[in-house]
Amino acid sequence: MTNDPPFAGHRWHDMGGGAAGPVPSEQHDFSLWEKRVDALMIIASSKGHFTVDGLRRVLEDMGEDAFETMTYYERWIASVNQNLIEAGVYTTAELAQRMTQVAARGTTYGEAASD
Amino acid sequence: MTDRQYMRVRADMPPGHVRTPGYLRGKIGWVERTLGPFPNPEQLAYGLNAQALPLMRVRFSMAEVWGDASETPTDTIDAEIYSHWLEPAEAPHAP
Repeated sequence: MTNDPPFAGHRWHDMGGGAAGPVPSEQHDFSLWEKRVDALMIIASSKGHFTVDGLRRVLEDMGEDAFETMTYYERWIASVNQNLIEAGVYTTAELAQRMTQVAARGTTYGEAASD
Repeated sequence: MTDRQYMRVRADMPPGHVRTPGYLRGKIGWVERTLGPFPNPEQLAYGLNAQALPLMRVRFSMAEVWGDASETPTDTIDAEIYSHWLEPAEAPHAP
């Protein structure tokens, strides 16, 4: 690593050996949407659309800023979405239509089921 | 100890999806066991048909990995590394 070229590939996610503070030990429950993201990843990989390697690749490509500003499952859903588009499961236009439909339901839709 | 199969982790630093930890690149360890073969994650990550490769569980001394910064030099750390990242090597000098 002493002769890294400008094109060096040691990227932000490869954190082993870096400076670090104490490890937080508190636990928290996952919210419903986070569990759905996890389930979606399992379904998508079991159907053969992509593997955990593809999930990791997009997470890594998102860069350090995403790691600092997005939560764990926010990064996951962004990666799952990109992998599904790359796999041809749906198009960006189809995603846009569905997002508009969901937004039209209003902010209180599904509230009763969110716990 | 003489039958240990020592390997050096390639010190390459390519961009792209790589599973080999940066802090182990260029370090020498010994093969604890051979696993796999498993499909190469560097190809799977891009949706490609992946070549099946042996995966080696390699054991490193803390002294080898962290040098003088090691608090417990004779402790070891294991890492599972795909065979294309490993090259035969001589045993490193004892700490």
